[in-house]
Amino acid sequence: MSRQSRRRSEKQQIDWHLPSTSSTGSAYHMGTELFILTYGTLVAQLCEDCEKDEDINKVLDKMGHNIGTRLVEDFLARSNIAQCRNSYETAEVIAKVAFKMYLGVTPRVTFWNQAGDDCSLFLEKNPLRGYVEIPEKHSNLLYSNMICGILRGALKMVRLQVDIQLLHDSVNDDKVTEIRMKLMRRHKAVRTVEKEQKHPVGT
Amino acid sequence: MVVYSVYVVNKAGGLVYQYDNYSPRTDVEKTFSHPLDLVLKVYDERVVVSFGQRDGIKVGYAVLSINGIDVNGKYMSDNRDVLEYLNTSFNYPLAIRFGRPRLTSNEKLMLASMFHSLFAIGSQLSPEPGSSGIEMLETDAFKLHCFQTLTGIKFIVLADPRQAGIDSLLRKIYEIYSDFALKNPFYSLEMPIRCDLFEQNLKVALEIAEKAGTFGAGS
Repeated sequence: MSRQSRRRSEKQQIDWHLPSTSSTGSAYHMGTELFILTYGTLVAQLCEDCEKDEDINKVLDKMGHNIGTRLVEDFLARSNIAQCRNSYETAEVIAKVAFKMYLGVTPRVTFWNQAGDDCSLFLEKNPLRGYVEIPEKHSNLLYSNMICGILRGALKMVRLQVDIQLLHDSVNDDKVTEIRMKLMRRHKAVRTVEKEQKHPVGT
Repeated sequence: MVVYSVYVVNKAGGLVYQYDNYSPRTDVEKTFSHPLDLVLKVYDERVVVSFGQRDGIKVGYAVLSINGIDVNGKYMSDNRDVLEYLNTSFNYPLAIRFGRPRLTSNEKLMLASMFHSLFAIGSQLSPEPGSSGIEMLETDAFKLHCFQTLTGIKFIVLADPRQAGIDSLLRKIYEIYSDFALKNPFYSLEMPIRCDLFEQNLKVALEIAEKAGTFGAGS
């Protein structure tokens, strides 16, 4: 405790003058139209490439996972959140801080189960689904599945294994997107480096 | 009021990035005649002064160059043995440069991994549960500050003991990492960082921290 108070008194206002490229860190905001269009084109391209909806969902989840593993560092760097002590805090932080920072909406956290590790995030207005109508032949498509992948990847980096599912998507019946999140366990050991199959870096 | 170097260590303990901002140069070059009044020995693959400290040449300094030609460990550039060369009288007079041996990148890797283990030991030694690892290591010549993120990455900064504002510098380095390393799709996680933009912005942040630190701590 004393170290924290000493650290607080040491804090000076340092003006960094560095180019702030993150849209969360500065007042610069990309237009939502461009974001919605980009995401929409991505899903449309995937619909052309893959035949089955399950494959599209898997690819969206995988992409989201790759985004999440990187996004979590940006989130932690800018939000200065301390470690969450239980799953309630984790869910609150995800809903109130992370969603607000990146999507501009705050989902409701409800439907906790008895054990306290299973909850639902209700998004009243899903920013990804602004103007979208999914045709009949893609009835199994989970349009916002990338968000689930992002959450899964991000929580994996802080050693929390989660099982995330998108339950309802907007427009179909209800206007509400529900994401069901089950916090399964904490990873005990440090994972060794997983070799990525992408092109190697640099020299 | 200076930041000496920055190290970034990944989750597994491997060194991912290292930058030396300022290394105090301690080199001394002198002309010698036979016989050499310094006692030299081979230590750790280098020729090192073991006795006979004089004129700014201290015990532990390594032979860096002879007559202007850099020495490669205990061999000269033409693969002759350094000690043998220095023992032959007709090579004299010679100009030899002594200095504190610089760390090779392998040694830096080893030291980073060692610190990673010590960091973990630090949190286990704690009498209170849930302690963080080593946050600061203080010696009379420098202070080592370490910041571990919730994702397991450690940012280590070695600075002058009187330098202030290192905590905010560590957080700033974290932001720079999350921007220029992570948002680069061609950078694979946990791998060595080879992004120019990251290095440039890091240098700018170090300059700003050094200037701001001169205003003193405790505002």
